[in-house]
Amino acid sequence: MIATNHIVSYLLHLADNALLLAQRNAEWCGHGPVLEQDIAITNISLDLLGQSRNFYQHAATLIGDGATEDRLAYLRTEREFKNCLLVELPRGDWAFTILRQFAFSAYQQLLFRELRNSSDDQLAAIAAKSLKEVDYHLRWSSEWVIRLGDGTEESKVRIQHAVEEIWPYTGELFLTAEYEAAAAKDGIGIDPGTLHTLWMKKVESIFDEATLPLPVGVFMQSGGKQGKHTEHMGYILAELQYLQRAYPNSEW
Amino acid sequence: MEEKDIASLLERVYDPEVPVLTIVDLGIVRGITINNDEVEVTITPTYSGCPAMDVIRAQIRMVLLENGISKHKITTVLSPAWTTEWMTEAGKQRLKDYGIAPPNSKQQVCHDSLFSPNDAVQCPQCLSYNTRRVSEFGSTACKALYQCEACKEPFDYFKCH
Repeated sequence: MIATNHIVSYLLHLADNALLLAQRNAEWCGHGPVLEQDIAITNISLDLLGQSRNFYQHAATLIGDGATEDRLAYLRTEREFKNCLLVELPRGDWAFTILRQFAFSAYQQLLFRELRNSSDDQLAAIAAKSLKEVDYHLRWSSEWVIRLGDGTEESKVRIQHAVEEIWPYTGELFLTAEYEAAAAKDGIGIDPGTLHTLWMKKVESIFDEATLPLPVGVFMQSGGKQGKHTEHMGYILAELQYLQRAYPNSEW
Repeated sequence: MEEKDIASLLERVYDPEVPVLTIVDLGIVRGITINNDEVEVTITPTYSGCPAMDVIRAQIRMVLLENGISKHKITTVLSPAWTTEWMTEAGKQRLKDYGIAPPNSKQQVCHDSLFSPNDAVQCPQCLSYNTRRVSEFGSTACKALYQCEACKEPFDYFKCH
């Protein structure tokens, strides 16, 4: 176990979200529906991986005691990961991947806009840097949600199915964990609950153009922020951490 | 050794992914300082996940060591975030000669409207503006993929950022 305080926990939460979605999106490498979109989703994966490294490096500096970004990414156990359940779900089909990216990018854009004013200078710098990348991700995924929703019969069925699958996992993004509340109180972080209204506005406008109905009265899943993950988490970590677990301290 | 001497050494370090651009052309060198014989080179990444950064750091170290500068450190900063405006005019010309369309000057801003018309990007081969964007994401994080409708050549565009 790595000793944490609320600031470190908050940074790890941000890092874990980015890392897990980077890993899921990277699964498309060589499997995208067309070459250009294969390259697009893996570019997004690379941006997210870079963001996670920046968060982990910052967390490692605060932890001290020989902590490194690699140790944080590769040698923590499932219960120590603080990512939302949304990002660990299997990649599904293209519609699922697109809709998840859209939901997450819309959230990240609002979050990073606020975090640019964090009282933690390094966190503010990471947010400002990442935001420029997220703007691209959100535009790209918004266009794809519209294309699939207002596209063919097949694409509509698939994205509607994705909405049903993903919606129950969107609530957790805006549920305030203890370390988020503490970080917000210090002026370091943001209470994610305050972002929900604007996020819904964005989703409504894109769903409207995509001719997709908004789900109502859905039970929301949660637990990831507290380290209680879905059954998929162990498998993705097994793959992600395999090399460091099998060959400790190996380097490229 | 003064700062300007270090600066000219850094012009020997090329971006491994766009090998006609030096790191000075690219605008990722943020500062050079000398304190008590220790040289500090400060650099910034173009994109968070740019995989070239580790290679660039290693190459800077190599050039400094080759010139007898063993006391040095390389610092990475994220703020202010890099934009294409940091690229030098000489760098833009070298990109164009190499077949990559350089970033448009700043009057063409990054916008967030959906399904937006393409920026008018000039084909680096035949110089036609009759080009279309194939994808906003290209062979590296910093480039988009375009095709010229006049000469039909596909080309990379160093995208707005």
